[in-house]
Amino acid sequence: MSILAYNGAAIIAMKGKDCVAIAADRRFGVQAQTVSMDFDKVFEMGPHLFVGLPGLATDVQTISQRLKFRLNLYELRENRRIKPQTFMSMVSNLLYERRFGPYFVEPVIAGLDSKTNQPYIASMDLIGCPMITDDFVVSGTCSEQMYGMCESLWEPDLSPDDLFETISQALMNAFDRDALSGWGGVVYIIEKDKVTKKLLKTRMD
Amino acid sequence: MEAMAMMPYQQEQTNHIERPIQHRFSPYDFNGGTVLAIAGEDFAVIASDTRLMTGFSILARDVPKTTQYTTNTVVGSCGFHGDVLTLTKVIQTRLKMFTYLHQKEMDTSSVAAMLSTVLYYRRFFPYYVYNIVAGIDTEGKGCVYSFDPVGSYERETYRAGGSASSMLQPLLDNQIGMKNQEGAKQVPLAKAKAVALVKDVFTSAAERDIHTGDAVCIHVITKQGTTKETYPLRRD
Repeated sequence: MSILAYNGAAIIAMKGKDCVAIAADRRFGVQAQTVSMDFDKVFEMGPHLFVGLPGLATDVQTISQRLKFRLNLYELRENRRIKPQTFMSMVSNLLYERRFGPYFVEPVIAGLDSKTNQPYIASMDLIGCPMITDDFVVSGTCSEQMYGMCESLWEPDLSPDDLFETISQALMNAFDRDALSGWGGVVYIIEKDKVTKKLLKTRMD
Repeated sequence: MEAMAMMPYQQEQTNHIERPIQHRFSPYDFNGGTVLAIAGEDFAVIASDTRLMTGFSILARDVPKTTQYTTNTVVGSCGFHGDVLTLTKVIQTRLKMFTYLHQKEMDTSSVAAMLSTVLYYRRFFPYYVYNIVAGIDTEGKGCVYSFDPVGSYERETYRAGGSASSMLQPLLDNQIGMKNQEGAKQVPLAKAKAVALVKDVFTSAAERDIHTGDAVCIHVITKQGTTKETYPLRRD
């Protein structure tokens, strides 16, 4: 089986009206055996910038630390906040440096532009090929299920509350049909002057 | 040392021997297709897309994967179309024999039980077909039976099968099973709502699954009989 599906994960990012959301499951397992149900896969990279890292758990943590390190260097040198677009290039560059011996993560990025407050979402493959969309992006072991849910539930210009409901329902019903992901969820709703973190209680089987 | 020196010589010898060319035949193909069935209080809806594919090529745009077996039984079958046709022929022959013998049509539940035995008969060289049976049971209620290719089956209220099943099933869990909705009541599903939902989910599936598209053929089964409707999907 693929190394990308060794630990299991499900992550979605969605655009709304002047807001974005990123949601992930909380399972950490080794193939079929669940080890813990409070594993972080979404990382704060700035006041309005988050990255979700589904894939091999060891690489998830390594990548999150190396990204934070590069981001700190960037913000010290530039003395300003990074743009989501620039951060996406930074992730892409980090992954492509390992083109022939890749990190097994397929990141999802969600953020608001620090100047214009424009929502931004993107995803990429494990060697850093980016995909920027204006609706939603999904990544993880149940991507087909997530695509099915998002494609029918998502609509343009959702309010923060509606966006929360949409992304949560999309995530929960998708990972309930996947054995490798689930066991609780976490949702971040990112608005101009507020970031809300909500934990989802779900079926634990 | 001597043995190692011998090696190249020996290999050269074997290379001069001409081996017969082996041709292999694969008895299976995958022709895509998605089927979906929903059981209501006194009706059942079963739908399939009409695209027939092999690899990245489209073979036909107007072949529904649903077949009417009796007045109130429709079966959706997808997978390898060659096996779909053979299986359909076998089932229809056996249904005809049943009708001649008993002077009546077979019940939906019996069609499902018979399909299971026909599939299991080929346990070690299976029909590569995913089946979903929809109809009306002996009490007049809508019923859906889903199968795996070797005949394991189960009665359910809704089921998606085939190439886009993994996209459709979670949505049905949410919209019909009311899963992950706190305090939501199970209200009886209206016929019109079921048909509208089928159109919605197939439109979504055609958006992302290359094996699903062209059109969706929807059968609505009631005690009175069956109506058929075709609804267009994207053709790319």
